[in-house]
Order: sequence, then structure tokens, then C-alpha cells
Amino acid sequence: MTDYTDRLRAAARRLLGEGRVDCFIGYRRGSLPLAAQPAILTRAEQADSLIWDPSCGMNLAHYAVGRADRIGIVATGCVSRSLVALALENQVARERLYIVGVPCTGMLDAGALRRRFPGREAAAAAYEGPRVTIAFADGNEELAVAENLARPCRTCAHPNPVVADEMLGEPVASPAVPAVPEEAAAAEARSAAERWAYFCEAFAHCIRCYACRNACPLCYCPTCFVDESRPQWVGKSSDPTDTRTFHFLRALHLAGRCTDCGACERACPLDIPVRHLTSRLNAEAKAIYGFEAGLDLEERPLLDRYRPEDLNDFFK
Amino acid sequence: MRTRYYERDAFPPAVAELRRAYRVFVPVRRGDFHAFAEWDDSVRPDFDYRKTRVPPKGLVFPQSERLLVFSTDERDPEHDILREAPKDFPPQAVVGIRPYDAMAFRVLEVNFDTPEVRDPWWLRRREATTLIGLARADEDATMFRTENYAGPFDERGLDVIVYDLGRGYLAKALGEKGEAALAAMGGDEPAADALREVEERIARAATPELPAGRLRAQPAAPELPTGRLRAQPVVPLFEAEFWDEVAAPCLNCGVCTFLCPTCWCFDIQDEVRKQEGDRIRNWDSCMFPLYTLHASGHNPRGKKTQRVRNRFMHKLKYYLDKYDRGVMCVGCGRCVEACPVNIDIREVAARMNGFGEQVERHDR
Repeated sequence: MTDYTDRLRAAARRLLGEGRVDCFIGYRRGSLPLAAQPAILTRAEQADSLIWDPSCGMNLAHYAVGRADRIGIVATGCVSRSLVALALENQVARERLYIVGVPCTGMLDAGALRRRFPGREAAAAAYEGPRVTIAFADGNEELAVAENLARPCRTCAHPNPVVADEMLGEPVASPAVPAVPEEAAAAEARSAAERWAYFCEAFAHCIRCYACRNACPLCYCPTCFVDESRPQWVGKSSDPTDTRTFHFLRALHLAGRCTDCGACERACPLDIPVRHLTSRLNAEAKAIYGFEAGLDLEERPLLDRYRPEDLNDFFK
Repeated sequence: MRTRYYERDAFPPAVAELRRAYRVFVPVRRGDFHAFAEWDDSVRPDFDYRKTRVPPKGLVFPQSERLLVFSTDERDPEHDILREAPKDFPPQAVVGIRPYDAMAFRVLEVNFDTPEVRDPWWLRRREATTLIGLARADEDATMFRTENYAGPFDERGLDVIVYDLGRGYLAKALGEKGEAALAAMGGDEPAADALREVEERIARAATPELPAGRLRAQPAAPELPTGRLRAQPVVPLFEAEFWDEVAAPCLNCGVCTFLCPTCWCFDIQDEVRKQEGDRIRNWDSCMFPLYTLHASGHNPRGKKTQRVRNRFMHKLKYYLDKYDRGVMCVGCGRCVEACPVNIDIREVAARMNGFGEQVERHDR
């Protein structure tokens, strides 16, 4: 995967240098080991600051929203799906996007790696093919990236970009994944009371920082319902009812739109499994309508279309 | 000054003695990280912890606090009259707080205890609070030092400092509150070698040295680069071009502000259920557009860059200029660690500090 860095830099240098795009959205090296920082380049000579490795996990589609210029962007399967969903909702214009596609083998879960080595602190990380070497004060640890993937990457059915203007490599094989993600399946097995208890417990420590909402590329409303003050839809205190209301509504606003990139979970400072709710809705959209968001620029979003064969047994 | 020594196993029972006179808050493990919780029979303190994910500032400044109550029932002769919400402020001891989190209360006090305004709730809770700090040289790579955090043995914000010596703990009272708490904890007079060991550990921490062969992107706990900030004229710094680049990756979530021990901003909201109303104070975040939205609809900080700039300018420039008490940061590194897009206050401080000098562009 690391091998793509040179090709990525060359592509960005060419696109910016030839004036094909006005900006290029990618990642640069972060200040911490295992961290990459989204970067928006505007000059060809900045291209060498770009990197590509398994720390490049935060969804870049977020940065394409609201821009009026011509955008170059590096995209994996999930970034490309977000771009498709955003294009269908008129938040980005396909003709102003130049998508540099990367077949993706999954991104690391930096939080899980920190938890795996409690009390030891990564000083540096180096990526070599499918392996990552993390330097600790008391020695190195070499790990397989594939065994330390972020949760959405573990069940990703679409690792290759669904749309691209050029590809940096040959497509990778799509792994066989369960039809229902593990989290959603686990929830299915529980009774309603157990699910409620699980939900209350899992979301109890939410501090309402809204990082999950802000990290989501599909959350682009100019004013979110939680920020509306006239009328005020939801209380602003740390009352559990208000916190749960926020999470319910956030998930429901993503029904039929979520591309399961996991940016919400990646951003949560308290490791709350916010993706459980959306992955359950995704499973439902797939089971009932055979629909997965962001796969096809020609297909209208799920809640924006009607077909005679749609499930309609709620008409009595 | 009273000093006491506790063998490792004798320390938790000594702290438990405090429960007779105080509500005692201790670090506990909660899933993958630590949080302060009241020590009752359902929790087990973990004094080997490094850092809580959420700072303990909420013990004095709760995330949501009911301040006033009112009735909207017009048959009530006192309807629509605000009365103080009844509550008491029992003595509380925060045991195991780290020196940076304790110093944060000193940083916060300029906002809640001013010559013009004394916030009654913050002050009463602050006065009822005894801070019993845990001193151990275990700073992580996201931490750094500022005028308001001199290192793991900084005792300025504490009532008692407890040195972790491995085999046991040496506690030293730092004022009246501390004397009272330590008297309640019992314990033995420390032996001379324990006192000597504390001196040695303090001396070692003053000049942190890296263990041999240790690789680091950042040196352990470097100073936050702020030396030139006071002399920087505020307007050119405000108008500096680098803010767009600093803000570009920002998602405008509130993680950095909510996890910051020195962020003090709040919002006041009324909530009415049937005919009973509460006036509630909630933590707010300058990262949110609603924070500065005027009733007219105008928003003076409607753009992301403006909000990001304000956060750093407030912490590293306005606070410094206004109060002359250093920067509004105790170097805990929580924002560095938790930022989903790795915006690092050390890099921003370096840009602000170096502004106006001929510096290389900051492409990593």
C-alpha cells in the first residue's frame, strides 16, 4: 500500500502543475506516530508532502463539500462512495471532481493499537507492504495490518473505488463479508429490552462534542437539528434523554445514505460505538431494498425513489 | 508542613479514611480509559493511571448544572421569578489528580473569580474541594510544559502532593486544606531515605532525559514554544495567512474544547417541563457556529477558520495579554491525542511564536 505514495505524489504534481485541478485533497504525515492529517494542497511543489499508508483513515470526502473550485482527491472505496452519495445529493459536482483512486486493503485502528499495548507508547511507525513496525521505548513490535484493521474495514465489501478518473493500481479482490455486519448481527440476537440496555450503557459517556456528526461527510446540513435554537428540538444539557435523542436522530438522518466509512467512530474521543446504529440501518436497507448507498451515480438515493416492487405491506 | 508515608498497600485504606468527612473522587478504569468517579463500593481506585480521557474539571464546573428554578404557572404568586436551585456543596476530595489538571483550576479561576464577578456556584464548589495530587514522572509524548505546568512534580495547584515511590507513597501537605486531609488519612512519619528519594526524583524530572535508544518524534515534555508571543502585536497575528492552513483539516467538532481542562465557556439554557422550569448552565464550545450566533442572525465567527483561530488566539495570546499569568494551557496533551485530524497545538504555537520571522513553510 505504501508503494502508492510515489504514484500519488506524481499524480498530484501533474494535476496541480497542469492546472487540471485547483486543489488536491490528500493526507500528510501527522505529528504523532500512526496519525495522518488531511491536507488541501494548492501548489504542485507541495505534492511531496503527500503520503499514503494504513494511517490514512479519516474520510476525505468531507473536505470536498462546499468548495466551488476544481478538486483533485485521493479516494479509496469508502471515500469514493461518499463522493457518489454527495454528488447525488448535489453537495459536490462530479464534473469538478478529479478522483485519483486507490484500491484499499484497509486502514489501521490506531486506538485499538494503543489499547493493545497499554502503558507503552508508540514512538514511531513504519509501514512495509502488509506489515507495520511500531517502535516503542523498549523495543519494536511488528504487526500485520490486516489483523489490526479499523472496525468498518474488517467488513468492507467495497475496497475499490466505485468511480475514479485514474487508478493508482490494480483493483484488489473484494473480500467475502457477511451480509449483515458483525455489530448489527450481534444486536439482532438480543431482545428489545437487552438492546435498549446495551444502547443506554454504550452511549452513557457521550459528552455531546458532536465529533461523530462533524466527521461524517454526509452530515452537511448548514444548521444541524441540535444547533437549531428557534425552535429548539433537543435539550442541550447532558440529560441522557437528550443525548439519546441526538444519537437516534443522527443515525436516522443517515438511513439509506450512510456509506459505512466509520469516520464517526474514528472521531469519537470516548470510543462510543456510534457506528452500530448506522450499520444496523444499512443492513436493513440492503435486506429490504437491496440498496447500498454511494455505489452508483445513476441511482437515486434510497429515500428519494419509489419502485412498485418496494416493500409496501404498511399500506393497510 | 505535615508529611506522611504509606506503604503501597496501605495507601488506598488511608484514602478510604477520607470518606468519613469528604465525598472522595478517585481515578477508576472505565472500559479502555480512566475517569474520576466517586469512591463508593461499586468502584475500585486505580492510582497507577496516567491520564483520564475527560479532565476532572467537571468536579468543580459540571458539564450541565441547574442554577435557577422557576414556575410558569400563573396561579403561583411567584410565577416567573427565578430562585436559586437548592443544592449543597459538601466537602469533596479529588485523590490522584495529576498536577496539570490541578493547575487547570488556577487557570480557570480568573474567569470565575474576578474583582467584578464572583461566580457563586463555581466558587463554593472550588472552596469545598481538596486536591490531593499524584506525582510520578510518567509524562507521555503528547504532553508538554507551559508557564502553568512545570512538570510532574509541580505542586502549585495542589493541597497535598503524593509522590509515588514505587514501594510506597510519600504525601506532603501544602496548606491548611491539605493539613486537614492528611491528618484524616493517618500514616507514618516518612523515613529519611524516602524524603531523599523524592528530592532525587524531582531533580531528575527537571531535566528529562530520554532512555537510551528511544526514538521519538517529539522530545519528552518539551516546552510549548510561546516565548515570543507576548511581544507579538495582536492584529498582524490575527490576520496571519497561516490560519487558513491550520484550520483546513479541522472538522469543527468540539473534542479539543470538551477534553480541555482549561476551557471554561458555557451556555445558559432554560428547560421547562410542564410548568416547572430550570435554568441550566452547559459547557459550550467555540468550535460550534451556534456559540457566536447573534439573535439578529449575524454570526461574527461564521467561518471555520475564524473559530479555529479564536481557540488558539484565546489560549495562547488573549489570555496571556489580559491576565499576565502565562498561556491558557497546562500541557496535558488531550487535544493532541484526541483530535481526529491530528491538529497539534505545539505546531500551532510554533507558528504563532515564530510569526514575523523568516520561517520555512511548514509542509511536513
